[in-house]
Formats: sequence, structure tokens, C-alpha cells
Amino acid sequence: MTESTSSEQFGSSRVKRGLAEMLKGGVIMDVVTAEQARIAEDAGAVAVMALERVPADIRSQGGVARMSDPDLIEAIIAEVSIPVMAKARIGHFVEAQVLQALDVDYIDESEVLSPADYVNHIDKWNFNTPFVCGATNLGEALRRINEGAAMIRSKGEAGTGDVSEATKHIRKIKSEIAALSAMSKDELYVAAKELQAPYDLVVEVAETGKLPVVLFTAGGVATPADAAMMMQLGADGVFVGSGIFKSGNPAQRAAAVVKATTFYDDASVIAEVSRGLGEAMVGINVTDLAAPHRLAERGW
Amino acid sequence: MKVGVLALQGDFREHAHVLRTLGADVVHVRRAEELPEVAGLVIPGGESSVMDKLARTFGLAGPLRDAIRSGLPVYGTCAGLIMLADTVLDAIAGQESLGGLDVAVRRNAFGSQNHSFETDLDIPAIGGEPMHAVFIRAPIVESVGPNAMALATIADGRCVAVEQGNLLGTSFHPEVTGDYRFHEYFLGKVAARA
Repeated sequence: MTESTSSEQFGSSRVKRGLAEMLKGGVIMDVVTAEQARIAEDAGAVAVMALERVPADIRSQGGVARMSDPDLIEAIIAEVSIPVMAKARIGHFVEAQVLQALDVDYIDESEVLSPADYVNHIDKWNFNTPFVCGATNLGEALRRINEGAAMIRSKGEAGTGDVSEATKHIRKIKSEIAALSAMSKDELYVAAKELQAPYDLVVEVAETGKLPVVLFTAGGVATPADAAMMMQLGADGVFVGSGIFKSGNPAQRAAAVVKATTFYDDASVIAEVSRGLGEAMVGINVTDLAAPHRLAERGW
Repeated sequence: MKVGVLALQGDFREHAHVLRTLGADVVHVRRAEELPEVAGLVIPGGESSVMDKLARTFGLAGPLRDAIRSGLPVYGTCAGLIMLADTVLDAIAGQESLGGLDVAVRRNAFGSQNHSFETDLDIPAIGGEPMHAVFIRAPIVESVGPNAMALATIADGRCVAVEQGNLLGTSFHPEVTGDYRFHEYFLGKVAARA
């Protein structure tokens, strides 16, 4: 037995993307208190997203939504041993610097908060902490990856409990990937132009038939069946925001969503875990939301 | 001869890909009834507390323990190493492991993701060039009992790979680096027992 021969390297793409790989097949849950974080960990969450208000409350209370109080984030980090993520506003690189200094495990540059820059996203290559970003289509996903995102989540309409937008966007990304895979090499130049995405990433997706990073889905997932549907549509895992702690029995619902995500292709398991969960979050139909109130349209 | 990959949560597809590349017939294992058909099992990276919970809830933990005790070759990476450890330090409340490796493993021993890293390790047991190893919120083997054998250490001397009979565990993830020597070594154990 001998000792290691070279020095250690931190913050590489492989290390950043690697953590997302380990979260696959899991459920990441929004929590607003240390107590909720404990419930989430006990229910089998693979990570928690620490925030001050769940999207449903951001939606109903209005106003500018920002990064959470560092005290809250630290209390949640202290409470659990699974990875802790936290949100920064789109383009707000100083919020991201603060989250990195707080030692969060992943930064979500999130459209659920109010954007801080309507032109630029954060240059994520400048950070040691990995980033997850939202996307409604393949071009948006590849632009985020080009900026250094180490994980993508397809956007849904957060805080609604309506899964239709999440469905639309995961389908869109998956079908655009399939279309690229079917193209001949000389068609990829125009495909890159039309996707408004870097050519090299477009070629990589065409060759591998998948994104170069892990793809979760988010926004509007409220039931075990919702989570299983996202998995069957090709998501690597699921974010659940307001759906758990805005429901009647969070601990039981959280555990049920975890089980349905693992056994996403087994309807008998999904049926079993869906029994007697009590009230799901009441929810809002996305079609009832005026366009300016749709969060998924933030980011570009 | 089929080789299983525990597919409750984590990077099981990466392990399946490596094993298939090496010529193995790979099946995903999520239920107890899928266990008897496999001649070896890989427990992937992921979140050990989640795998533990699902394995117990769906009645897989007991049969897995029995299979390990009866000599099934099992290779665990990261969370998989934690699952194979007789003692888990810094576990969440109520967390259990399957056991089999006479070691104490500390979960998430390096701290937050900012402390995750890559490095090269000399591992005589698998031979050849140093192995490039990726540690992601990785566990460490804090103590190695008399029945287990350390295979590799990092620069500060702490143990990150162990072997005991048909069991193999690494803190790091050969499945994400493209160096398949640990998987070959594991498949050798599977073949030897078949």
C-alpha cells in the first residue's frame, strides 16, 4: 500500500457534475426551516433546497424574492447531512459568492427569485461550488451549460401544483435531443444556429443522445404520480417545491414521492404509496396565470 | 452469468455501462426476487441514507444481508461502501448498513461539495499506473478491522479502498472516470465464484 502520488484538484467540472450524478433517481425538496429539512431527510430526500419562502408563497405574497438569510441557510446545513442547495437570483453573482462562502453544496440560479440581471446569467465557471439552472428547451439548457452549469432542471411553473409546464418542458428538451441525434453531421451547424447554442455542445448532444450534465425536472410536481411521470418522460430525478410542505401530511407525502421516483415504472407501487396521503396542495392552474406572473418565462 | 447493479438511487446507470463494456450481462436490482439471479452486485454512488431506507421499505435489506453473508461478490462505491461497512459514523438517525466489511466508515468525511476533489492513487492490488480517483462528498474508512484489508490511501494516510473476501469498497467513483480496473477486479471475483 502506497500513498497518493499527485496533489488534489478541487472544483473541476467532473467533481461538480459528479455530485449531480449521485443525486440521480432521487428527490430534492424545498424547505424553509431546519425542522422541514429534518422531515425531508427522514423521508428520504436526496438533497434539500434551502429557501425563505416556497414558490407558492412567493407567488401569493408578491414583491422581490431574493437569496435567503444566511442564518436560515446555516441552520439548515447544521440540521441535515444530505447536500444542501440554495437559490441565487438570475445574474446575481454576489448572492452566488455569498452562497459559496456559506459552503452550500449546490447553487440554483433560479427564475423562482426575481432576476437581478435581464441580460446576463452568472458566469458559473468562476465558482468552485456547482450550479443548477432551469431550462425550457434544449438551447436554453446548452447556453446555461456553456456558462458553467453542472446540472440542468427543466422548468415547470413553480408554486402552482400544476405539472403541465414541467411536462411540456421535459418533453421539449427530450424531443429536441432526439431530433439532434437523428441529424446528419452537416445539419448540426444550422441546428446550433437555430437552438442559439454553442456548436461544440450541439455536436456532443447529437453524438451521445443526452445532455452532458444531469437533467432533473422541477415545477408543479405535487403527487407521487407526478414524480413518476417526470421519470418516465426521461428526467434523471425530481425537484419538489411547494408540493410537499403545502400539503396536508408532508412527511408521508415526501416519503411517497421518494418511493414513486425509484419505482417510477411500477404502477402497483405508485398506487400503494398514493393511498391516504390527505390533501395535496390546492394549486393554481397555469392557464389562469397572466403571462407576467409565469416564472418559467424568466431566463433566456 | 448475470451481474446486478442496485438501482434504488444514484449513478447505477454508469456502473451498468462499465460492466457491459467489460462484457457482463447486467441487470438492475430493486426487488428481493431479482437478487437470486445475480452472481455479483454493485452498489453505486448516491445517498446512502436514501438507499438504506428504500432497501428496508421494499424488503431488500434482509435478502441482501443474507447474500453478502453467503459469499456473494459485492462492490460498493461511495454510498455503496457505506452500505457495506459494519459500522457507519455520522449516519442519520436510524440509518442502518448491510455490513460485511470489517471497517468503520465515516459518511461525508471531507465536508461540503467545495471539498470534493480529484487525485491520483497508487493501488498495487489492481496493478499498473496510478488510478485517477474522484471523491464527491466522499466517505473515508476510518478504521480497518482485522478481517479487512486496506487497498489505497490518500496523501494524509487515510484509507479509501478496502477488500475483504468477496467484498470490495471504494470511497471514490471509478465508474465516472473511465478507468475500469476495479470493475475488472470485481468481475474476477464473480467469475472465480461461479
